[in-house]
Amino acid sequence: MKVVVCINHVPDTETKIRVAPDGITIDRTGVNFMMSPYDEIAVEEGLRIRDRFKGDVTVISLGPEANRETLRKALAMGADRAVLLRDDTARDSFATASALAAEIKGLAPDVVLFGRQSIDYDDAQVGTLVAGILSLPSVAVVVKMEIREGGEVLCEREIEGGHEVVRTKLPAVFLAQKGLNDPRYPSLKGIMAAKNKPIEEKPAAPAEIRVHTVALRKPPPKNPGRIVGTDASAVPELVRLLHEEAKVL
Amino acid sequence: MNVLAFAEERGGKIKKSSLETIRAGRRLAESLGGEFAAVVIGSGVAAVAPGLGRYGAARVIAVDDPKLAQHANAAVAKVIAEVALAEHASLVFLPASQMGKDIAPRVALRLNAGLAPDCIALRAEGGEIIATRPVFAGKALLDVRITTPVKVFTLRPNTFDAAEESGEARVEMRTVPLEPADLVTTVQEMKIAAGRPDVTEADIIVSGGRGMKGPEHFDLIERLADALAAGVGASRAVVDAGWRPHDEQVGQTGKTVSPSLYIACGISGAVQHLAGMSSSRYIVAINRDKDAPIFQIADYGIVGDVFEILPALTEELKKAGA
Ligand SMILES: Cc1cc2nc3c(=O)[nH]c(=O)nc-3n(C[C@H](O)[C@H](O)[C@H](O)COP(=O)(O)OP(=O)(O)OC[C@H]3O[C@@H](n4cnc5c(N)ncnc54)[C@H](O)[C@@H]3O)c2cc1C
Ligand SMILES: Nc1ncnc2c1ncn2[C@@H]1O[C@H](COP(=O)(O)O)[C@@H](O)[C@H]1O
Repeated sequence: MKVVVCINHVPDTETKIRVAPDGITIDRTGVNFMMSPYDEIAVEEGLRIRDRFKGDVTVISLGPEANRETLRKALAMGADRAVLLRDDTARDSFATASALAAEIKGLAPDVVLFGRQSIDYDDAQVGTLVAGILSLPSVAVVVKMEIREGGEVLCEREIEGGHEVVRTKLPAVFLAQKGLNDPRYPSLKGIMAAKNKPIEEKPAAPAEIRVHTVALRKPPPKNPGRIVGTDASAVPELVRLLHEEAKVL
Repeated sequence: MNVLAFAEERGGKIKKSSLETIRAGRRLAESLGGEFAAVVIGSGVAAVAPGLGRYGAARVIAVDDPKLAQHANAAVAKVIAEVALAEHASLVFLPASQMGKDIAPRVALRLNAGLAPDCIALRAEGGEIIATRPVFAGKALLDVRITTPVKVFTLRPNTFDAAEESGEARVEMRTVPLEPADLVTTVQEMKIAAGRPDVTEADIIVSGGRGMKGPEHFDLIERLADALAAGVGASRAVVDAGWRPHDEQVGQTGKTVSPSLYIACGISGAVQHLAGMSSSRYIVAINRDKDAPIFQIADYGIVGDVFEILPALTEELKKAGA
């Protein structure tokens, strides 16, 4: 089974977002980056599929030099090879997906895994775009997947208020959601082994940008709230406020 | 500029998030001087089409095909794209529901369009549409402009209103040929938990954190939720501890919610939690630590013990007949 996992390098969830002087990107100084959490789940699933069916796992990240760190982590988790599609400019999801698709096509994988969404721009579209570009079937927000004889795959995906049981056929694209598995931490042995695994670097294929940023801004500050009380005697007043002031009841 | 909005049907009803999408789409069509139509797609959906008139769709295109009974995502995307082409729609709106998010990228690809996902505001400015979307889990807002001739948007549920109006829809039936390749990914079964609404759709959410002390005390949360017909949410701490299922998790690695009222009980308000719920219209926090960060974004707070406040609140609401 040939598995490809696309992984993104994103600001740490604790990061305070500051807008850069250009007004359209974030100020990267002092920001810690990490592998996007859903992508860790995708890597874990890829490793489990490889271990069960034999084969190999290639991880791909598109972005600047710094993305090597996330590729290195995936190698330490157990991925076999890594590709950095180097690009130092800002891309939209379509441009990112186009370049990833071009690279994936050449690898002719059976299974392509993505995170449900990157936790930077929260686009939730790159995985499905890649599937569309490559004319592959896709299943989004996967919390369970079972590959059967003949390449049939049964998945469970989250929808509002429950789950859908979805059937598809390999080769296919899957977007990992929390709950699919618990990603492993790289072991010391894995970290050492990763040092000797090569990261192949190539320029990301150029692509059209379809969505342009006009401005990146901080949300308007919220007015400080009101402490209604310190025990149950405050409850009637709270209910009154919700009724009469907020009008949400 | 003609506008097309996708109306998602489930169980014989159009989902509320789609009614919001229809209304937002129609308003934009009015301000830009274009025609508006809604499209309903599925097997046996013709029956729900006329009712869309009450939500502002004077014209509804229904594609009713037994092949669509299994909600094949690629097939639904193809139908929307074909209808958009036939209608010369240059703006296509979908709800940012799980289904909308699944198909929108495929619709965009078929129309050579850019896609702005999960928008919370749209404004027409000098003949262009500027869409606003939360990024970095709501820590920043991004204003974007799509530069392709056809533009696709998904709209975040609960942020655009869906007020009822009067009016009947004129329904037109269409067919779009589907091929086996469009039907590779199919839904075999839907397991919908009866009862409480999902957090992404609920108008009110009661959410519990580690301050609830154990899974057995979540009945306090559930009783309050039931008194309010609310959804139940949870922090990651309690989901990771196995107290609550992960589909209830609100936050950066959980669900993003924007209800009219979010009641956080025994939740400290870590940035990753705030990320998922800070766009709620009103926030109530109940926490015994007056310095808990949740109070910084709460509209109303009670500094107190959840075990005392929650039962009192449930009682009071029942008394008030809320
Ligand atoms: C990559 C990453 C992603 C994450 N994603 C998410 C996410 O999606 N969602 C999320 O929620 N978290 C997320 N987290 C975790 C987050 O950092 C916090 O650890 C978590 O939100 C804390 O949950 P909590 O508020 O329930 O628990 P705590 O922080 O332990 O807070 C418990 C609160 O309960 C109060 N309390 C205790 N007893 C009582 C009582 N009797 N009455 C009233 N109040 C009481 C305490 O004062 C305290 O404020 C993420 C973390 C990381 C690193
Ligand atoms: N620059 C990138 N390099 C590699 N994979 C990416 C990149 N951006 C997004 N992805 C993948 O696409 C998924 C969805 O991302 P997004 O559509 O940006 O939310 C992520 O979880 C990754 O698996």
